Amino acid sequence: MAVDEKLKIELGKQGVFVTTLQELYNWGRRSSIWPMQFGLACCAIEMIATTMARYDMARFGAEVFRPSPRQADLMIVSGTVTKKMAPQVVRLYNQMAEPKYVIAMGACAISGGPFKQGYNVLKGIDRYIPVDVHIPGCPPRPEALLHAFITLQKKIDEQHLTGEERPPHLDGGAQGEFPVPEYGEHDLEPPSNPGVWPVPITIR
Amino acid sequence: MTLSPYFSLTVLFVAALAFGLTPLGLAWLWGRAFSPAKPNATKNAIYECGLESRGDAWMQFRPAYYLYAIIFLIFDVEAVFLLPFAVVFTGLGYAACLSMLVFVLLLVEGLAWAWAKGVLTWE
Repeated sequence: MAVDEKLKIELGKQGVFVTTLQELYNWGRRSSIWPMQFGLACCAIEMIATTMARYDMARFGAEVFRPSPRQADLMIVSGTVTKKMAPQVVRLYNQMAEPKYVIAMGACAISGGPFKQGYNVLKGIDRYIPVDVHIPGCPPRPEALLHAFITLQKKIDEQHLTGEERPPHLDGGAQGEFPVPEYGEHDLEPPSNPGVWPVPITIR
Repeated sequence: MTLSPYFSLTVLFVAALAFGLTPLGLAWLWGRAFSPAKPNATKNAIYECGLESRGDAWMQFRPAYYLYAIIFLIFDVEAVFLLPFAVVFTGLGYAACLSMLVFVLLLVEGLAWAWAKGVLTWE
């Protein structure tokens, strides 16, 4: 049941706080997102800086970097994903407990970046796992990561508990396992997960 | 009717138990109602930093450290006991000498064991 916004503000002026279960749930979730402690490349240095005193990610309730995927909510793919590393990243994402979110940080994580032409670099982690927020930059500054984090919080705030548009972790029929790619002869097998990333049609 | 002195403790104990169990119960109910579990083989696999785990974790390790422990007992701890033993040696009775002999012989046995294991050879 939704609360009328104007009524809510009016009641707030009188000192009455009105909320819904959904708002309470989303507030709790977005205020305690624990990221997973792993860095892939130079972006990880910026990620570390974000958690330190100057930028202080703790203001948003996300300072607890967990060394295990079982306790983490957020995967920050911080850096170049090589094809050697991609299966491990996907497996770690699979091993995270739901609800889980992904921030693809930096040009490499979103597209391969400066190494896009390289034979050994994955051209974006969104080929295998669903990414919630992409941050461009090489590397993105800590402010950019904070911005991505706030964007993710806004996204969580707008999620519904029920209905068709509810997030995957509340949907029993949603995809639970994302296939882990294998090392093939020339490329990873499969080269992308069509359920997550539809292969764009090249028009020449 | 006078209350038992443990009554307040019981109340506190029940309150403490409820304080811990209520959030767990609520979370469980919430999970049942809204958030269905989606286990699969990859998710339930052993966590090994993203790699597939190989072999069995229940294998035998060789605890080589015990040899160092024996050597330490023989050459360090034994000396600590031998020194006061030597100081009062002339005033000791048979029983004390015998027990000290047992102690030394036990450690000599350890020395023989370490020798047989080749610990005393410098590599």
